[in-house]
Amino acid sequence: MTKNLTALTMPKFGLAMTEGKLASWTLSPGDAVREGDEVADIETSKITSGYESPASGILRKQVAQAGETLPVGALLGVVADAEASDEEIDAFIASFTADTAEEGGGEAEAANADPRVITVGEHSLNVRDVGRGAGAPVLLIHGFGGDLSNWMLNQDVLARHQRVIAFDLPGHGASSKDVGDGSVTVLAEAAYELLKALDIPKAHILGHSLGGAIALALLRDYPDAVLTLTLVAPAGLEREVNAESLREMVEADRTRDMQKALQALVHDKSLVGRRMADNVLRVRRLDGAREALRTIEAACFANGQQSIDLRPVLDAARIPVTLFWGEEDEVLPVAGAKNAPDHVVKHLLPQIGHMPQLEKTVEFNRLVEAFLEKAQVTA
Amino acid sequence: MQISRETLLRSYRAMRTIRAFEERLHREFATGEIPGFVHLYCGEEASAVGVCANLTEQDTIASTHRGHGHCIAKGVDVGGMMAEIYGRKTGVCRGKGGSMHIADLSKGMLGANGIVGGGPPLICGAALSHKVLKDNGVAVAFYGDGASNEGTTLESLNLATVWHLPAVFVVEDNGYGEATGASYACAGTQKDRAAGFGMPYMECDGSDFFAVHDAARDAIDHARSGKGPVMLHVHLQRWYGHFEGDAMSYRAPNEVADAKKDHDCLESFRERAGQEKLLDLSALDEIDAAVADEIESAVQAAKQAPWPEEADLMADVYVKI
Amino acid sequence: MSKKSFRQAINEALRQEMRRDPTVVLMGEDVAGGQGGSSGVKDAWGGVLGVTKGLLTEFGESRVLDTPISEASYIGAAAGAAATGLRPVAELMFVDFVGCCLDQIMNQAAKFRYMFGGKARTPLVIRAMYGAGFNAAAQHSQALYPLFTHIPGLKVVVPSSPYEAKGLLIEAIRDDDPVIFLENKVMYDDIEEVPDEAYTIPFGEANLTREGDDVTIVAIGRMVGMANEAADRLAKQGISCTVLDPRTTFPLDEQTILECVEDTGRLVIVDESSPRCNMACDISALVAEQAFGALKAPIRRVVPPHTPVPFSTPLENLYMPNADKIEAAVKAVMMQKTREVA
Repeated sequence: MTKNLTALTMPKFGLAMTEGKLASWTLSPGDAVREGDEVADIETSKITSGYESPASGILRKQVAQAGETLPVGALLGVVADAEASDEEIDAFIASFTADTAEEGGGEAEAANADPRVITVGEHSLNVRDVGRGAGAPVLLIHGFGGDLSNWMLNQDVLARHQRVIAFDLPGHGASSKDVGDGSVTVLAEAAYELLKALDIPKAHILGHSLGGAIALALLRDYPDAVLTLTLVAPAGLEREVNAESLREMVEADRTRDMQKALQALVHDKSLVGRRMADNVLRVRRLDGAREALRTIEAACFANGQQSIDLRPVLDAARIPVTLFWGEEDEVLPVAGAKNAPDHVVKHLLPQIGHMPQLEKTVEFNRLVEAFLEKAQVTA
Repeated sequence: MQISRETLLRSYRAMRTIRAFEERLHREFATGEIPGFVHLYCGEEASAVGVCANLTEQDTIASTHRGHGHCIAKGVDVGGMMAEIYGRKTGVCRGKGGSMHIADLSKGMLGANGIVGGGPPLICGAALSHKVLKDNGVAVAFYGDGASNEGTTLESLNLATVWHLPAVFVVEDNGYGEATGASYACAGTQKDRAAGFGMPYMECDGSDFFAVHDAARDAIDHARSGKGPVMLHVHLQRWYGHFEGDAMSYRAPNEVADAKKDHDCLESFRERAGQEKLLDLSALDEIDAAVADEIESAVQAAKQAPWPEEADLMADVYVKI
Repeated sequence: MSKKSFRQAINEALRQEMRRDPTVVLMGEDVAGGQGGSSGVKDAWGGVLGVTKGLLTEFGESRVLDTPISEASYIGAAAGAAATGLRPVAELMFVDFVGCCLDQIMNQAAKFRYMFGGKARTPLVIRAMYGAGFNAAAQHSQALYPLFTHIPGLKVVVPSSPYEAKGLLIEAIRDDDPVIFLENKVMYDDIEEVPDEAYTIPFGEANLTREGDDVTIVAIGRMVGMANEAADRLAKQGISCTVLDPRTTFPLDEQTILECVEDTGRLVIVDESSPRCNMACDISALVAEQAFGALKAPIRRVVPPHTPVPFSTPLENLYMPNADKIEAAVKAVMMQKTREVA
């Protein structure tokens, strides 16, 4: 086909995504666009995210309308040079539709990418295990009240080079709801048991928020199992925490309340739609889910403060450690990064909230990939 | 079996309380101070009291629109009842039920009922609760000869038998469904109706406390021991109209006067207690005086009690919205 | 998590709540089906549509009670049992049969708490099938949720999918008030992802199944799926719709309805029940009273005609709302001359 015509198609945010809704167009037909510019907002059942143009040129045609829900790969619009004629564009659209109709298939890999529940000691853990490669495996640990879908924009990217495992912590997502005393120690033990069950002696650990504290506890309690640490706005380094926001994350039972609670996690509030809140509520409403979170909350965030201090672990760490923190974090203050020891590679991200992995996906993935690659080479 | 002195005294007091409560309502209603309408139980006291003397607080009863007697016999607070009938906030139902809906579940009183035939299905459910919860309780439906023709009652006789429930169906047969005679409105007999469901049947003279007590004891023992439901047919006479203000033009002129003369359960109780030296009559006189005081204070308290307020209007429609 | 039918979702909700709470009992005509039959198989049927199959075997005859065909007695018994310590789930089979036992629901269960001054709890659930589309004709096809919604003291649930049905039924069983739970008989084989664990969905919280800018479609029960279908077709034509499923007709999530109308300025209500005094009327009144200024066009109702439900297929098709009728109503609303909204 003509090399200056580029199809904008429904992106796939995580392998589980099969369709998405074109929430809105950011640009109008005729607007100039550069590669990497956001052209539209795409909403899935999990999140609303910007869709970046794969090419530079002019947005010549919007094929899909705002509000339409379309399968992954469906044609949304066309970016082309000013020289391309309207006829060429129409022909391109017609041939695109025909091509995709012929293709089909290509989803064989997706089946293996679905999470599955495995028994790990006393827990049933919901685990998504993807990717193969030369590098040592990576374990992703989400934060308080989250689940493995918090890594939906990261896991498959990182899985291009190595095996990457995301799982729902005990008490979270589709995992069993017994969390013992709710301490970081218990949760770190579950993560360690998971690595053993998956036959992984050593892994790179990525932990977000409470998952960051769990990652540090893993290093403290099972030092031989940890190759590197990537800490994303981790708990356990300072006393301060937005306790009210955590409580709302647990207790909100109405969509609008949960939406508000989730908006505290990001700087760009428009990223959190009703459907995302509904999805979190589906998990909250499972029997035992709120009780489990309350137990963890009492153990880790008693009296409106962080009650776990893992600073000594970080200070004493002798493995590569990198740290990401959004400067506009409303849950755990960015001071935690600023006070971190010098051996830690720090990335402070302006205009970003508590979830850099979702809010600054491309940069986050690139920096993590580089960090892991360097660690592999050094090892 | 001999009835204990304590039970006799308690039962006499309950019957006297019902009589005094209803006679007083009859007078007070005429002054126009009592809202709505009331149905009086005078003349039928021995039925409620004779049956309830065999029940414990955890046993359940369901009553009728003529329910004051059943409430008092089951232990509902008299002051609270009076305040309820006056529509006051201090009433047992906080002024939201009135005469026809007095209930106290903590006393096993599942409610008077404004719907004729409303009680028997509910009692099947209460009996099921006793059975499933294995608390050894029984459930008793009081209903009139009028309600005996309701489909709900006949369905309940069937269901209680099919489910083998610890239930007692007490037909309080005072000869009238409102103004229509049972001799006209009830086909066949209550006895044959029980037999039609394979249900044991007992009957007794409702103006004789001792007769009711003994028949009810047998009926309740039968149900409590897991042998299934029973019907107890109590023959009664109503001393007042269907409701207050009913001129009773459908009754023979001497019918009520004769009933009062010949079928007064309180008089017959005193007579037998004296003859058989069961109780000292002076003790009964003391009860009469105490009950008169109790009713007087209940009326005075009710008249002075506060009315419900605007906030009460929306309260208690639901446990939680 | 696995895919489950509407029927399985309800069975699972009942089973999980009966395991959790020994005071939960089931009763109804043929909830087991087989008592007294000549085969000797007591758990033979599980109701006319097999919804309660297997529960007698697990929980026994003291908790799964087949009843005579005697609605007044056993619905009344359910009310009496609820007031005295059990949590009965009574199955009325077809909601049309409420004609035989309305007193027990309307005058007894619904009013205990208020009449008794707040001293009663009646944690009763009455399940029943509703709806046309099955050639079941006039006495087995009605959508009577407005009738129950009219009665203070009752809560009324009309689930729109298997996921919704399980969570709302568990919520209904745990609720301390009498709840009418209506299952559309055409939906029993609908399938979707339903968690294996027990979960609840709160009453009075509407669910938005589609979000759009142009028109709000409020749809109830089975109508939600039709509204979604219409909204997806309309999206391809450049009309974006919000589809709002109230889940419960009482309590009604008035706030979300009003917010959506404020956002879109146009309202179409899809209601399978007879058109006089139905939910479409009720919601129209709500919006007329409280969001009149936001309306850019008159409200449209997609409802059946004021007739009994007919038997014959072509007549029943004419009678029922469907995606085509919804699509046409939305387009008509869009064509209305836009009022100037201050």
